[in-house]
Amino acid sequence: MSDPKWQPRIVAFFCNWCTYTAADLAGVSRFKYASNVRVIRLMCSGRVDPQFILDALAEGADGVLIGGCHLGDCHYSEGNYKTVRRFQMLQRLLHDMGIEEQRVRLEWISASEGERVKTVINDMVEQVRALGPLNLPQHRAEWDRETAHPAETALPAEAAGGVQLAGQRAQPEVAHA
Amino acid sequence: MPDKPKIGFYWCASCGGCEEAVVDFAEDILGVIQAVDIVFWPVAMDFKKKDVEAMPDKSIAATLLNGAIRTSEQEEMARMLRRKSQYLIAYGACAQLGGIPSLANQFPREQLLRYVYEEAPTVVNEAKTRPQTASRNNGYDMTLPEFRNVVRTLDQVVDVDFYIPGCPPTPKITKAAIGALLEGKLPPKGSVLAPDVALCEQCPRKANKPADLSFTQFKRPHQTVIDPNLCMLAQGIVCMGPATRAGCEAACPGGNMPCTGCFGPTSRVQDQGAKILSSLCANLAAREEKEIRGVLAGIPDPVGTFYRYGLGKSMLRRKANMPVETAKNTP
Repeated sequence: MSDPKWQPRIVAFFCNWCTYTAADLAGVSRFKYASNVRVIRLMCSGRVDPQFILDALAEGADGVLIGGCHLGDCHYSEGNYKTVRRFQMLQRLLHDMGIEEQRVRLEWISASEGERVKTVINDMVEQVRALGPLNLPQHRAEWDRETAHPAETALPAEAAGGVQLAGQRAQPEVAHA
Repeated sequence: MPDKPKIGFYWCASCGGCEEAVVDFAEDILGVIQAVDIVFWPVAMDFKKKDVEAMPDKSIAATLLNGAIRTSEQEEMARMLRRKSQYLIAYGACAQLGGIPSLANQFPREQLLRYVYEEAPTVVNEAKTRPQTASRNNGYDMTLPEFRNVVRTLDQVVDVDFYIPGCPPTPKITKAAIGALLEGKLPPKGSVLAPDVALCEQCPRKANKPADLSFTQFKRPHQTVIDPNLCMLAQGIVCMGPATRAGCEAACPGGNMPCTGCFGPTSRVQDQGAKILSSLCANLAAREEKEIRGVLAGIPDPVGTFYRYGLGKSMLRRKANMPVETAKNTP
């Protein structure tokens, strides 16, 4: 049913001290991993506001990967404990909102574990591929088609794949790899 | 005689509490009536839709519309009042954020209709009759509005100028908003007409809020005797105060109940639920996964707790895997 050319898009939040450095190591070690991941570097996995994760999903990501230092190794000593606590509740929230738990993943990857960056990313891309697209922007456009009004169809409703509503951000460009 | 500015009130998917908030002006309503003409207020005055339709566009200075948008009729009224009003103001949590009605965005329409008309314990409906958008009775054509799949905020249907938050808004912030309107001292379009700080700023318990919170257990209000002076969070009670806009002067904490978040987020927060989740969960004392899970089990319904008034305006808006059903209640 889904487009055969469809590729999962995954937003990754990597901590500066461990997982991002590990991704660098994966690079210099010439490990090949799936190109479906867009990495965003943050100083700590504890900086990952749950709003970032919801925003990524709401704006069209099919999955979100969070990478931090192993528990006990946090550069700021407690940051990743905050992450793991938030993550558990966020998973319950996402489940209740109909989003499969495999779409949001938390992994501890230390600076020396370049190979693990590769295996985690490849594994997650396959998991999300099996789930199919999440496609929340398109869902929203479909939901809102029921409010389309003849007097207001001056809006390029069909062209944009749905009605663009006030107070809602423009749909992001969809650029598949 | 110069005309007084015209004001309208309207309600959509709401409980009537926002109307009650206007009535709660008590004798001050007389001052309002001296300054303005109320031209439309179905709950209290006998004006009809056709009276508003007959008015020129933009002839109402401001319409305060409360309630979420759930039916085709509410969409139509919102569009008409938008046309007729210079300022359209989303009044109360439902119009601003979706409110309690938007918690229905967790369920498909068919499930809601089936429950309400067939399965609810108080319902006897052997013929499984459902409301029809069009029917014929005694030679008359009858119509009912279409029940939409999604509960929406007012600004997801029409352009909104200002927001007055609350479930319901307090008479004080309502009066301040009407005063600002009459004096032409309005903030930029799109503003929420309430202070842009967290509720903790107005909370009488602020002095007793510990600098370091560390939750070992979450308790619901009926499970404990609440200390009337100590910060709710320090007592392990989920209080939405840190993620909620001030303006109510901490009415609930003042009444020994935790804030449930009806004023919505401040301007710096996009998703109130995500923000309180972040704040509460980060401050757990537990470090082991199993222990963390146990403490978090004290919040049995995260969506209903963190998005009690704001699911319609949240980043996710609606359960992701919900269908959009076409009108099955049409014959």
